[in-house]
Amino acid sequence: MADESYPDDLLYHPEHDWARVEGDTATFGITWYAQDQLGEVVFFEPPAVGTEIGKDDAYTEVESVKAVSDVVAPLSGEVIEVNDELKDSPEAINDDPYGAGWMVKVRLSDDSETDGLLDAAAYRATLG
Amino acid sequence: MTQTIFEISQEGRRAFVPPATDVPERPLDELIPARLLRSEPARLPEVAEPEIVRHYNRLSKRNFDLDTGFYPLGSCTMKHNPKLHERVAALPGNARLHPAQNPRRAQGALELMWRLQGALAEIAGLPHVSLQPSAGSHGELAGVLLTRAYHEDRGETRHKVLTPDTAHGTNPATVTMAGYELVKLASNADGGIDLDDLRAKADEDVACLMLTNPNTLGLFDPDIEEIARIVHGVGATLYYDGANLNAIVGVCRPGDMGFDIVHFNLHKTFTQPHGGGGPGAGPIAVSERIEPYLPRPQVVRRTPDNGGEPTFDLEYDRPKSIGRLRGFQGNYGVFVRSYAYIRSLGAEGLKEMSEIAVLNANYLLARLRERGVAEYLPVAYDRLCMHEFVLSGAPMKRDLKVKTLDLAKRLLDHGVHPPTVYFPLLVDEALLIEPTETETKETLDAFADTIAEILREAREDPTIAQTAPHTTPVRRLDEAAAAKRPVIRQPL
Repeated sequence: MADESYPDDLLYHPEHDWARVEGDTATFGITWYAQDQLGEVVFFEPPAVGTEIGKDDAYTEVESVKAVSDVVAPLSGEVIEVNDELKDSPEAINDDPYGAGWMVKVRLSDDSETDGLLDAAAYRATLG
Repeated sequence: MTQTIFEISQEGRRAFVPPATDVPERPLDELIPARLLRSEPARLPEVAEPEIVRHYNRLSKRNFDLDTGFYPLGSCTMKHNPKLHERVAALPGNARLHPAQNPRRAQGALELMWRLQGALAEIAGLPHVSLQPSAGSHGELAGVLLTRAYHEDRGETRHKVLTPDTAHGTNPATVTMAGYELVKLASNADGGIDLDDLRAKADEDVACLMLTNPNTLGLFDPDIEEIARIVHGVGATLYYDGANLNAIVGVCRPGDMGFDIVHFNLHKTFTQPHGGGGPGAGPIAVSERIEPYLPRPQVVRRTPDNGGEPTFDLEYDRPKSIGRLRGFQGNYGVFVRSYAYIRSLGAEGLKEMSEIAVLNANYLLARLRERGVAEYLPVAYDRLCMHEFVLSGAPMKRDLKVKTLDLAKRLLDHGVHPPTVYFPLLVDEALLIEPTETETKETLDAFADTIAEILREAREDPTIAQTAPHTTPVRRLDEAAAAKRPVIRQPL
């Protein structure tokens, strides 16, 4: 399992999701804190490419040895790519939450939404 | 690892050889149509009798059960089963009853079921009971189907069911299985339902609120009457998940709190054996307005007009019934045990049962505090608890690097079964402890000492807990691999 970290180049949603915004697209995943709370992830079913997802809404589920949890979209948009590798090796979400554990890539529909997200320091402060 | 019974098998070996038959044999295909016969013999283990006995005896010794040691999973899993019940259930009239027995020749069994219905109705504070559902979750499904039937009979189609965020996982599963949309309710700072959230979400499209009271935090929701008013105000039903009934029997009744439908887990509150996939029972009690939709058949008593002896029967003539939930009451032995329990204790005894269950939980919580464990394992909601309480292992994880899971595994080395861990979900590193009424003060004291000892040891060397258990037949299991790559086939 990775060491605790919250990279400065990401934006964070208070429901423990991150977004890496690059132009009009963004990559989503869950934070180190989220995967630590979940424990070992055993199942991840990505949404279909083309799915429209809305900020603050659940777009998929992740199952760990403890629980099944919703994964919340930090921003709105259309899914343009999904991480199929996670089907066979969902443990990447634990091992590398900001790298190999990415979940979906999205074409953003509203670039003003990023204003509502937190930077690494502000997100870290919510964890207490 | 122990070999399986198939791995012990040696071709041609037999445990028992029957004497040669002294009646003429007929070919099998004369008796059974060829299409129903196997093409090759079943692969059964071939083992000598002593090896069979030793194999299963060896396995049983590796098991940890309620008859081995303290088991703070509590009534949630299974209470102590009084051994008297096994004698009663084994009486030939109970044990040899056939599922298809004509009701006229099963009057005693039907009377027992009818009387059990009456006792459960009194305990629930609701007039009608069906014994049909096979388990608590089945009772929940029955309850939600009854809710649907009730609304549809009034010409209404509703789509949503509310459950609090502390709900047992079976509640949202039931809602989904019954075809409703789930809407979650937030908890307030005291661990009860957030009334503002309930008012905001309760509308004419809500069919039902499913609630456990006391809830999974072991806390009684003092707002229950207001909750009932809000739910009934929008025409919805109020469903009582009976998983925590052990805390309130004879003290208060769900029906009096405003619930319309209640399920009982006979294994939780009424000492039926549980586990191993054995037969279960999840009877439901309902109010007058729900009664027309109860499953059929119902067990009824008929009193003849001529003043003769009453008889008992299965009533099928129930036009508004949601139908049949199971083929036969093959779980009848469960009813015998629970009825024996209710009659052994009586009304006063059942009340005392709940009072001692609550006292034991509060005593254990106080004892744990006295032993100084609150620094690492604070109680999640600092209120008087009911029959169980929830600790948070978050400070223990932060300060000692010992997770709740590690503590649970280390308890095994001390001969104690771990309590429920990581539930309810809204408590970080949760530890849900339910001692039940049958444990002695000495057992509770020993448990508190054990927790304190594990924490003391973890301060010195956390790796002992982190790598526990050390003394069990199998060590720390790979739960992730078990979920991802389960081995569910035995190669033959």
